[in-house]
Amino acid sequence: MGVTARRRVRKPGRLIAEIVCVVIAGMVAFPVYWMVLSAFKPTGQIQAENPRPWTLTPTLEHFERVLSGEGFAMFFLNSVIVAVVVVALSLLLSFLSAVALTRFNFKGKTVLLVMVLVAQMVPVEALTIPLFFLMRSVGDVAPAFGTNHLGSLILVHLAFSLPFAIWMLRGFVAAVPQELEEASKIDGASRMRFTWQILFPLVAPGLVAISVLAFIHAWNDFLFAKTFIISNTENQTLPLAILVFFKPEDTDWGAVMAGSTLMTIPVLVFFILVQRRLVSVMGGAVKG
Amino acid sequence: MVTKEAPRTTAPAVPARRSPRRRRDGRAALLYLAPGGILLLAMLVYPIYQLVLISFYDYGQPQAVGNAPLVFLGFQNYTDLLENVQFWEVLAKTLGFTAVCVVGSLALGTGVAVLATRVRTWARVPLFLAALAAWATPAMAGSYVWLFLFDADFGLVNEVLSGLGFTGMANHSWTFDTYSTFGLVAAEVIWCSFPFVMVTMYAGIKGVPEEVIEAAYLDGASTWRTTWSITLPMVRPLLTIATIQSIIWDFKIFTQIYVMTNGGGVAGRNLVLNVFAYQQAFAGQEYGLGAALGVVMTLLLLSITGLYVRSQRRSAGWV
Repeated sequence: MGVTARRRVRKPGRLIAEIVCVVIAGMVAFPVYWMVLSAFKPTGQIQAENPRPWTLTPTLEHFERVLSGEGFAMFFLNSVIVAVVVVALSLLLSFLSAVALTRFNFKGKTVLLVMVLVAQMVPVEALTIPLFFLMRSVGDVAPAFGTNHLGSLILVHLAFSLPFAIWMLRGFVAAVPQELEEASKIDGASRMRFTWQILFPLVAPGLVAISVLAFIHAWNDFLFAKTFIISNTENQTLPLAILVFFKPEDTDWGAVMAGSTLMTIPVLVFFILVQRRLVSVMGGAVKG
Repeated sequence: MVTKEAPRTTAPAVPARRSPRRRRDGRAALLYLAPGGILLLAMLVYPIYQLVLISFYDYGQPQAVGNAPLVFLGFQNYTDLLENVQFWEVLAKTLGFTAVCVVGSLALGTGVAVLATRVRTWARVPLFLAALAAWATPAMAGSYVWLFLFDADFGLVNEVLSGLGFTGMANHSWTFDTYSTFGLVAAEVIWCSFPFVMVTMYAGIKGVPEEVIEAAYLDGASTWRTTWSITLPMVRPLLTIATIQSIIWDFKIFTQIYVMTNGGGVAGRNLVLNVFAYQQAFAGQEYGLGAALGVVMTLLLLSITGLYVRSQRRSAGWV
């Protein structure tokens, strides 16, 4: 930033660029604004002839209706459980794999790397059918991981976020100098200790990026929740809870917007917590 | 989950010969890779094998519950598919839709990223906040709010358009015609996926050394020329990754299409391959046919991304 300020190169039309920037920001933010606004508008104003971009009589009626509706809070909690477990485990597993693939020297490493790359390109949604049968038979052995249970969603999302996570983290792990490992070895640290107490904190920015992507992936999932959780509606996740309010002819827009707002808040909070790191991370992730 | 590594008694004084270190590394690597590897084998590799297998059988509901014997069909499901007019229509729509979404989010994401590097903080912060908000909005929530904005009766867009004098737009249904439906879904997809490209490209552009850009300016290169001939080639590896990710994401979009077209539209006019496969398998209980569709999708995506990676590989020095 300092360099830019000191530099004397003229930047023609910067003000115009800045105005364009703010206009784009307004356009991009508008649907989110409209969603939140409509969630607070009384029903009469939502379905009015001339919708106004503000409301003088905000109401919580839609939120009350959504939250008192059948099991919305429970679905919300289910979504949180799935997303949090997926994030935690994918951090752990992708870190272990990335360490093995970057810092260890063994036969078949290149083949494994290529497989991780190819795995990212498999359209996982195409695997819905075999996964449905697989999870159904898993349920015979370990019910918590079978269809109709949250475990099945966790396993599926975990497997799907891993290839990209491993690939991304690889760059971060590789960027930690080898000398650091040798120095810690001389100081008497075991490889295990080096891995967890030195390497793990050092790749934190990469872990941030992985957690964001894994969280969004698990939180947004509609297809697998719809397919796997068929009869045990107690274990349904959030997207299906909102679907209830949507009927092509007679949609309860207030409830849909309130539910959508509630669904967006956790992701937004998560983003705000990590946003400082996110930007630097996306660039660094792929340089390794 | 992590088993303890074999204890190392002495630090090797002399760099050991290659093979013992390799063997030790191999053992450790096996332990480190085991949890992720087992998961990927079980949830990715085995299902792919199963998918191909199911696609060769007449696999309907009776077979799925074990009430009827499996009948091997060979390539029958595939020939059925290729002879089905609807399949070709859906394929064309999927490819067109994917192309529009990929090009749209890349162009918008890169363009806005370039713009963001040229403005002061007061203009950049709102842009990033807005992009993060769009990115954070779940696919389901985004689909609903876009549907609501374009709703025939209560949507803001129709009201504004008719207020501006386009009276024909009052109560216009955006989700009736196939083109306008796909256009609406594509707009939503681009809206929520361009921030990933933008943030990635912004970070990449900021990573280009200042001196290089400055030298170009001093040599009299225009802003446009500098961006096009220096910055973009330098961030090409990043652009490749953003492109591949966009292709992968947009090719298999399910939620947006399913929600915004209410399950693929009347008589399945607004289907993409993914939703088509889902409907065949789980609504039509034609698992064999659905699996064949899944195989076709996988092969298509692998070849599209494979071709792209190959075309980029030489120039980007990637992989």
